[in-house]
Order: sequence, then structure tokens, then C-alpha cells
Amino acid sequence: MTGSTTVTPMVHADNVWKSFGHLDVLKGISLDVLPGEVVCLLGSSGSGKTTFLRCINHLERISGGEILVDGQRIGYREQKGTLVELPERETARRRAETAMVFQQFNLFPHRTVLENLVEAPILVKREPRAEATQRALGMLARVGLSDKAGAYPNQLSGGQQQRVAIARALTMRPKLMLFDEPTSALDPELVGEVLEVMRDLARGGMTMVVVTHEMSFARDVADRVVVMDDGVIVESGPPEQVFHHPEHARTRAFLAKVG
Amino acid sequence: MALTLDTSSPRPTGPTRRRRRPWVWVGNVVVAVLAVMLLHALLANPNFQWDVVGHYFFSGSILQGLVKTLLLTALSMVIGVVLGTVLAVMRRADTPIVSGFAALYIWFFRGTPLLVQLIFWYNLSSLYTSLSLGVPFGPSLWSASTNSLISPFTAALLGLGLNQAAYTAEIVRAGMLSVPPGQLDAAASLGMPGGMTMRRVILPQAMRVIIPPIGNETIGMLKTTSLVSVLAMPELLYSAQLIYARTYETMPLLIVASIWYLLVTSVLTLVQGEIERRFARGTGDTRGGGIGGLVRRFTRVHAERPAAAVAMEEAGAR
Ligand SMILES: Nc1ncnc2c1ncn2[C@@H]1O[C@H](COP(=O)(O)OP(=O)(O)OP(=O)(O)O)[C@@H](O)[C@H]1O
Ligand SMILES: [Mg+2]
Repeated sequence: MTGSTTVTPMVHADNVWKSFGHLDVLKGISLDVLPGEVVCLLGSSGSGKTTFLRCINHLERISGGEILVDGQRIGYREQKGTLVELPERETARRRAETAMVFQQFNLFPHRTVLENLVEAPILVKREPRAEATQRALGMLARVGLSDKAGAYPNQLSGGQQQRVAIARALTMRPKLMLFDEPTSALDPELVGEVLEVMRDLARGGMTMVVVTHEMSFARDVADRVVVMDDGVIVESGPPEQVFHHPEHARTRAFLAKVG
Repeated sequence: MALTLDTSSPRPTGPTRRRRRPWVWVGNVVVAVLAVMLLHALLANPNFQWDVVGHYFFSGSILQGLVKTLLLTALSMVIGVVLGTVLAVMRRADTPIVSGFAALYIWFFRGTPLLVQLIFWYNLSSLYTSLSLGVPFGPSLWSASTNSLISPFTAALLGLGLNQAAYTAEIVRAGMLSVPPGQLDAAASLGMPGGMTMRRVILPQAMRVIIPPIGNETIGMLKTTSLVSVLAMPELLYSAQLIYARTYETMPLLIVASIWYLLVTSVLTLVQGEIERRFARGTGDTRGGGIGGLVRRFTRVHAERPAAAVAMEEAGAR
């Protein structure tokens, strides 16, 4: 669908609408994220950031518009101009290429750290256990938690849990990673270790969409900062521009609030 | 008889002396005296006819009745749990027909007396003289007379199992609701389809909430099976009744049956504690419930936990 001269965007959102009942939460969001790009999504509470992230990997059905991830729809296929909902397995398979990291970590509490990491590769990707274990241990080393492979999530600090969650997301070799306020549930002294892992990912060329209130992270790591307000994007641009020369009054108000 | 439970965690090293607790001591003595009095009242009274109890305890018909009771309990619980889980999953379905059917089933089987259901299944032949399998409203592929299919045993199994499924469904449903929705999001974002999420993520976590009431239901079922005496099925209680109808040794035979019920209940309680412990993985509470947990609390055995994990917890790691 794209010409040979242009890059397929990793995320292509076009006039996305989403409503819960009568409540319009997203009101025409359009956003392209290029491969390797890090986009930080800012905005006040209730502006629709989480909803937008969940729409990207089809955890929520959108009510209008379209979202393509790496050129394809996650939940639908197009057939003679109409959209046909994909069978559950196919949706799941496509969704696996988009990793998501949650504010509440959402590790599987009944499984050890290592089991958390090998579960999906073995069951979803049918990787041999030995290989999955090998890779999982590699991921744990990458997030600095090699010694916690046998621990249960409730034996870890919040920061450690979130690093495990990131490692778990990485085991699926995602093309795109979505972060929904990954450090908001952490004690201040644990925020740094998680951001460090994310910086490392960004340096490695991972395409990332990050909802965050960590302005320093947005300033240092983001290629682009997007500000949402009340279901629409009010401002978008490189961090220096958005932080230092915001065009929109809403952005100025938001920045004044978060400091 | 008198137990003092000490659940205090690691003791300081070096000689320690426990705080004196005079009222605990008084309580222990009172309980012990009452226990001895009770024991005396049971053993010294010749009307209990303990010799008759001993005579029938291992008698053939009592043991056969016990086996039937155990078999009925086990099989109806298997039917109840499997069917109940299916019903609970159906209730979560998006399609109203499927979830509505499950709701209707639960409504019906919880809403009518079990006794009526048992008699209904037993007398099914009066409603349908033959049962057949085949194309709906079309030709039948296989058929048999109802009377030959529905023996007292199958009627009892159907009655107990189908009824239990309705109760189990509600227990399983509550268990699934106890799993935080974030777990579903995590599983979905890892590309796990619905069925896999159910088996690998939701049900194992729901088990923690499901097992104690299911254990309770199993112990209840053990005694509910005595209802099938209306179908002339000689399970444990009915076997005892058959004997005392002949010999008039009513109390001793009821005691025989009761002791067996108590013994089996004790074993079930131990098993339940063990299972609870297995499903408590990752929650930090691996003591389990029931007698097993009580014994473990009392003896402070932490056999299965690696020393490192315990040490880490004690070091205050969250
Ligand atoms: N499942 C849902 N059903 C109904 N309303 C919802 C649902 N999810 C979100 N909303 C509503 O949509 C709006 C946007 O919510 P969303 O969680 O996307 O905001 P957010 O920008 O992520 O906010 P925060 O910074 O507080 O996380 C809110 O008004 C919320 O109440
Ligand atoms: Mg949010």
C-alpha cells in the first residue's frame, strides 16, 4: 500500500474515533510513528492516552477510522472494501508482534520470573523450551535481573517487577512496544532503573510509544512528543519545540502543571 | 488435647523466656478437663454398645456401602466440577444465548430440591420410555430403553452431578472474577488467545479462590450421597440402616457410619490443604488450610521452600 520510496510507518493511525457508550474518548486521532522512532504521549488525566494505546494493539475496538501496525490491521482484514473481523487466533498472532508494558506490571503471579518469560514464546510461538529458556535468561541479563529467575513476582520490588515485565514483552521479539505509564506505580527511587532499561531499548532502535509523566525521559529520549487533550492531539513535535515553544494554550497549561 | 499454637516468626537467638500467659494456661486446663469428661461420657456408657460398633465396623456390607459412597462422591464431584467449569466459562460468553443457557441451568438446578431431582432421574422411564442419539428431529442412530440405561447408580450420579455442577459453576465464576483484569490484558498483549488465557492464566489463579469452597462441597457431597437411599442404593448410611432394621442396634450402627464419615472427612481435609498449598505458589502463603495447614503451622515445616527464598523474604525484600 505504500510506494517503494516511502517507509511503511510502524503505526499509522488515521482519524481514529473511540467511544464507550455515549462517551467519545478519542475524537479523530491521526498519528504516524516511523520504525525506530520513540514517541512520548503526554496529556492530562482522562485525555484518552491509555485508550489510544489499547486501540493500537486492538485491546479495544475502535469505533471509526483505521489503525495499521506495520502496514496491517490487527483485528481485521479488508475484503472487497469492507472490513472483516479476523478469527481470534489470527488477531492474537498479530497482536503478539506489538508488546505492551502496563502501569501495574501485570506479571503472572503464579509463575516464577523465568516462567513468566517463557510462557508465551513456548505456547504462542511454539519455541522449543530450551531455546526459549536460553533467550529468556538473556533478556533477564539485559534488564539486570539474572539472579531473580526463580523468584515469584511478589518477591520482587516494583522496579524489578516492571523490568521483568519489559523482559517478558521483549521475549516475543516485538516490532513495536507500547508503554502505559510504566513508572507511575513505582516509588521515586525505583523509577530510574526502569527508565534506564527503556533508554537502552530506545538506543537499540526499538520503536516505542510511551505514555509518561517523566518529562526528563521525554526530553532526553523521545524523537517526538505528542500532547493529547480531551481525545484529540493538540500538539506534536520534537521535544525542544514542544517544551520550549509550545504553540497551544492547552500544552502550556499542561506543562505548567507537571513542571 | 490442649494445643497452644505458636505462630510467631523467627526467634531471637540466645536464651529467651516466654512471656507468662496465665489465662492461656487456665483455658488449656478447662478444655482438657471438658475433653476428658466427654470421653468418659462416651466410653463408660454401656448403651453405646461399643462392642457392636467394633463388630460391624469392618463388616462386608458396611465396607461395600462405604465404597459406593466414595465412588458416588468422587464421580459426582468430577461431573460437578467439569460441567460447572464449562457452565462458568459459558456464563462469561459474549453471546446471550450461551450465557443465558448457563444462567437458566444454574437457576433450575439450584431452585429445585435435590431429592426431587434424584427421583426424577430414577423415574425418567415414565416420561421417556426410550432414549436415542441421532440427528435432531431426524433419524436416530442409536437407541435403548430408558429402564436399561438408568440404573439406581446412574440416576444417583446424574442427580448428584448435575446438581453439583450448578453450585460449582457459581464457585468457579467467583474465582474467575477474582483474577484482576490486567492479567487478561497481559495475556492478550502476549498473543495468547482466549482459551489459552483461560487455561494458563485465569483458571490457575482462580484456583486459589475456588479450592476451599470446592473442598467444602466435596465434604458436603460425602454426606449428601446418603440421600440416594431413596433410590434403594445401599451406600454407607443405607447399608447401616438395613442392618439396624434387622437387629434394632440403631445407635451403634449410626455410630459406625458416622465414624467412617468422619474418617473420610479427615482425609479429604488433609488432601484439600495439600492442594491449597500447591495453588498458593507466588502468594507467599504456602501453609495451606485445613488439618494439613494446622499441622504445618504447629510443626513449622517449610520443607518445600528454598532457604534462599525464605531468607530473602525475611530480609524484608518486597
Ligand atoms: N472501559 C471503559 N469504559 C468506559 N469508559 C472508559 C473506559 N476506559 C476509559 N474510559 C474513559 O475514557 C476516558 C479516557 O480514559 P483513559 O484511561 O484513556 O485516559 P488517560 O489519558 O489514560 O488518563 P490517565 O492519565 O488518568 O491514565 C476517561 O474518561 C475514562 O473514564
Ligand atoms: Mg492512562
